Amino acid sequence: MEHIRTPKVENVRLVDRVSPKKAALGTLYLTATHVIFVENSPDTRKETWILHSQISTIEKQATTATGCPLLIRCKNFQIIQLIIPQERDCHDVYISLIRLARPVKYEELYCFSFNPMLDKEEREQGWVLIDLSEEYKRMGLPNHYWQLSDVNRDYRVCDSYPTELYVPKSATAHIIVGSSKFRSRRRFPVLSYYCKDNHASICRSSQPLSGFSARCLEDEQMLQAIRKANPGSDFVYVVDTRPKLNAMANRAAGKGYENEDNYSNIKFQFIGIENIHVMRNSLQKMLEVCELKSPSMSDFLWGLENSGWLRHIKAIMDAGIFIAKAVSEEGASVLVHCSDGWDRTAQVCSVASLLLDPHYRTLKGFMVLIEKDWISFGHKFNHRYGNLDGDPKEISPVIDQFIECVWQLMEQFPCAFEFNERFLIHIQHHIYSCQFGNFLCNSQKERRELKIQERTYSLWAHLWKNRADYLNPLFRADHSQTQGTFHLPTAPCNFMYKFWSGMYNRFEKGMQPRQSVTDYLMAVKEETQQLEEELEALEERLEKIQKVQLNCTKVKSKQSEPSKHSGFSTSDNSIANTPQDYSGNMKSFPSRSPSQGDEDSALILTQDNLKSSDPDLSANSDQESGVEDLSCRSPSGGEHAPSEDSGKDRDSDEAVFLTA
Amino acid sequence: MEFAELIKTPRVDNVVLHRPFYPAVEGTLCLTGHHLILSSRQDNTEELWLLHSNIDAIDKRFVGSLGTIIIKCKDFRIIQLDIPGMEECLNIASSIEALSTLDSITLMYPFFYRPMFEVIEDGWHSFLPEQEFELYSSATSEWRLSYVNKEFAVCPSYPPIVTVPKSIDDEALRKVATFRHGGRFPVLSYYHKKNGMVIMRSGQPLTGTNGRRCKEDEKLINATLRAGKRGYIIDTRSLNVAQQARAKGGGFEQEAHYPQWRRIHKSIERYHILQESLIKLVEACNDQTHNMDRWLSKLEASNWLTHIKEILTAACLAAQCIDREGASILIHGTEGTDSTLQVTSLAQIILEPRSRTIRGFEALVEREWLQAGHPFQQRCAQSAYCNTKQKWEAPVFLLFLDCVWQILRQFPCSFEFNENFLIMLFEHAYASQFGTFLGNNESERCKLKLQQKTMSLWSWVNQPGELSKFTNPLFEANNLVIWPSVAPQSLPLWEGIFLRWNRSSKYLDEAYEEMVNIIEYNKELQAKVNILRRQLAELETEDGMQESP
Repeated sequence: MEHIRTPKVENVRLVDRVSPKKAALGTLYLTATHVIFVENSPDTRKETWILHSQISTIEKQATTATGCPLLIRCKNFQIIQLIIPQERDCHDVYISLIRLARPVKYEELYCFSFNPMLDKEEREQGWVLIDLSEEYKRMGLPNHYWQLSDVNRDYRVCDSYPTELYVPKSATAHIIVGSSKFRSRRRFPVLSYYCKDNHASICRSSQPLSGFSARCLEDEQMLQAIRKANPGSDFVYVVDTRPKLNAMANRAAGKGYENEDNYSNIKFQFIGIENIHVMRNSLQKMLEVCELKSPSMSDFLWGLENSGWLRHIKAIMDAGIFIAKAVSEEGASVLVHCSDGWDRTAQVCSVASLLLDPHYRTLKGFMVLIEKDWISFGHKFNHRYGNLDGDPKEISPVIDQFIECVWQLMEQFPCAFEFNERFLIHIQHHIYSCQFGNFLCNSQKERRELKIQERTYSLWAHLWKNRADYLNPLFRADHSQTQGTFHLPTAPCNFMYKFWSGMYNRFEKGMQPRQSVTDYLMAVKEETQQLEEELEALEERLEKIQKVQLNCTKVKSKQSEPSKHSGFSTSDNSIANTPQDYSGNMKSFPSRSPSQGDEDSALILTQDNLKSSDPDLSANSDQESGVEDLSCRSPSGGEHAPSEDSGKDRDSDEAVFLTA
Repeated sequence: MEFAELIKTPRVDNVVLHRPFYPAVEGTLCLTGHHLILSSRQDNTEELWLLHSNIDAIDKRFVGSLGTIIIKCKDFRIIQLDIPGMEECLNIASSIEALSTLDSITLMYPFFYRPMFEVIEDGWHSFLPEQEFELYSSATSEWRLSYVNKEFAVCPSYPPIVTVPKSIDDEALRKVATFRHGGRFPVLSYYHKKNGMVIMRSGQPLTGTNGRRCKEDEKLINATLRAGKRGYIIDTRSLNVAQQARAKGGGFEQEAHYPQWRRIHKSIERYHILQESLIKLVEACNDQTHNMDRWLSKLEASNWLTHIKEILTAACLAAQCIDREGASILIHGTEGTDSTLQVTSLAQIILEPRSRTIRGFEALVEREWLQAGHPFQQRCAQSAYCNTKQKWEAPVFLLFLDCVWQILRQFPCSFEFNENFLIMLFEHAYASQFGTFLGNNESERCKLKLQQKTMSLWSWVNQPGELSKFTNPLFEANNLVIWPSVAPQSLPLWEGIFLRWNRSSKYLDEAYEEMVNIIEYNKELQAKVNILRRQLAELETEDGMQESP
């Protein structure tokens, strides 16, 4: 709180991004965790909440006659432009936010104050929802070839690895430790995914410290052990996910890549994925394109191409496809590494696993996949996503790219995933929100030291609780698309990779399809379920009545009973012939009864449904708001983004057409 | 039959057919007057039935005595035939070339096609102007049907019956026709029931360099304005182009002569620029060798999506004038047969819920494209692969369909038809067994006696069995105006048309099927529940009657 220079500024204007001439007048509040803008307009009192941890950049722009503009760009791609009347207030807000957006201690993060009103037991249950030892069991481990190693107990060998690691049975502690000394940050080869059908595996590590000629017997033995753990193949692929030039440059620093001559029976392969700095710049360029005001089609396509973003996405997919094919078609094991083995390696291993194993395409399986390949294997969440103030050069959208790869696959295989796009978007949001403890720190070791599980809540439990919002209606467990490995073409097929407007322009609701097929189908499915239940009840009741009728001469007085037994009240009978009323009774059926009053809002179906689970609102149930005026402590969600205001659409559209 | 001399080799054995996403098939190739047929000797294997008129271009190659013909279709498909024997191959190739470029319309397949289905409703009479007029004549008495063009004498590209302001007599119309390009005097295109505003369309005014004016023209369009109201004239050309048109006798409405009208220029490209755009786009889609960046830059360089954005923007602007500004509009470009129709018809998709139904959309195509005199014969003569570029070829109608698809994508529950319906219309506009898209206007179609000699596409489409393929399972009547986004992020490439033959649609088809199943199952249950409810209610009243005495 000591960083808040001014907790409240009145007469602030929130500028509409689409039609800048329109702005909502309101009051700006700064709290320990959020920036909150509340519109003055008495009938809406619309609130916009921004978590400090979502703030990416704050820009103070030149003062104009109307006031001092402040531009806030968020990590979830929301952009907020405020105009503060007094320069002094603007400066105070700016200075406060600069500090609030860059916390220096973990304790300042939202997850340590966030309280979703769960008791201790519920919190603990939340943390065991995703259990990696269960996952390894599911893969069929331990078995004849692979065993759980305790070599990294207390993080003695590698502090960025988890304690529970699977290694080939023939890899002794001596070999492991020897190999670890020959690998960057001691990240020795360990198992990431095991295919029990053909014993092929995906292993991961960091680069070898080979320099120009160094070798390590134990490391060579380690790779041999991986090969032996797969009786079906007499070689192992070693996939270096860096561009060859980068890998070669590393040799000069005593690092590098495996020399095929030194390792028996390996096939070495480069798959050029660029480094975190290139990716950071690429995203930056793409976001600049997204931010353009009424760009022409050429501006957009040219900018998209120039950003290289989709090329990078494709490179990651290509690497994943290569590995998945090696495992499923050649039955060969693969060792994947990049430099440190925590960025590109995590991307590629998880994409390959997703392609290979339908389990990872389920809601829970996907959480497991992120828990395994990202969280447990020491992807540096804190550094990459800038949770704490740190080196800006460490920041890079590594997991964002993975999430986009999943979306690209969802577009190509619409029935294959149990979850929908919203699930991906909300995960992306929470990677940056710091509302839950899952993505804190850079490694398991750090998280344990911080006692994350005792002090914060798990996102997975939160998502699981709201899973109804995240289901893909087209998913059916027995559908052919949900079975086995994806068969993707290796041909270029660039056109398969598309710009993800639902993510990068997600706060510009006007740009998104105005009717959601997913929500529509979910509503239909829900109604179907209710109909199934009713049908059963009706059949039962009919049978009873027919029986009663047979005996009706004997028992006349019992006529009202069957209806009681079957759970129907008399009021149900009164609407028995009006099925329209039936569907009208259902709250969760927004798409079928668009309110006729307001033209534009009726068309925006997604928003109502988003309310229950929008990440922006789950945040506010209990917190030190420090804002007296806010009578509403849990604002309705889905309305936080200024562009979501449906009533505004008409003018925004006008602006677009006229300027275009 | 007159094609016999064109078919030098009617039949070749051991021909191998290669198609994308299918294994190669060996079989017998047959040429008939209108079809290229490949039939494998095994039963149950698929055959190829290709209309010659669907062939856009062919290439031939020889390796030894094995010839290969690559057939590029107007629907963008590319197939390959390996034909043993050089002479056979040459014969086949020259026959295909001749048969796919017949210069007489009356030799086209629609004149020979005999339907295998029973015609329940003759599509030639499904959408009569009188019926269309009745739809809004209850709401307004300011308009009338005029038969001034009965003999196609006033305007050769207009239908015999047009809707004009009631206060303007036929004599005035004749005068106005002389002042408008191609005789295309302003006529009613759309009446917005909600507020009585209208869309009119016409050809450009023939003001020329000396600023000619026509009192009747001014009177005609002013007659559509309510007292004290202003209207908008949307010129689908840039101001520059419109000014240049004066040198050729064309021009635009001068403010001085039309003080109640505000002119807006929206630049929509025409003719070979569109055709080249299509050629580049299809080339980019077919080229699998380039990398990601190259793909995006080729997509960009084709400018196809730029055209989509321009057309949609103009249509949205028109709709906005009508619905939001409460102002009537007049739309024209040069001839008023291309960009004008794109804008008027798309504005109706946005404004008028009926045009988002299957019948309504058919009526729209009939009214705003066929009757309105879009020269289909010229525009759709060739497609993306043809080398002999003619000035009048342009994918104007395809662009319109693409724009409709863009709106459909943004409002997936507001259309009664699905993407397949739009694809079907595209195919039939370029090659068809039906006469609907033959000819360039009503006058030509009358002379060809299409109604007597050919079958209407609508007769076939509107059979229940066919309709089910084109019905959008997600459709929920939406009586509102729908405002699409025209931001580049909201306008993707129409994969269903342009990548149709370059990517497997298996998984997408499965998803569609799944969607249909979910909805069908729901409907089935609903029906069952209703029956049971009724039964129960009946039983219970019977019980009550038994009990009451």
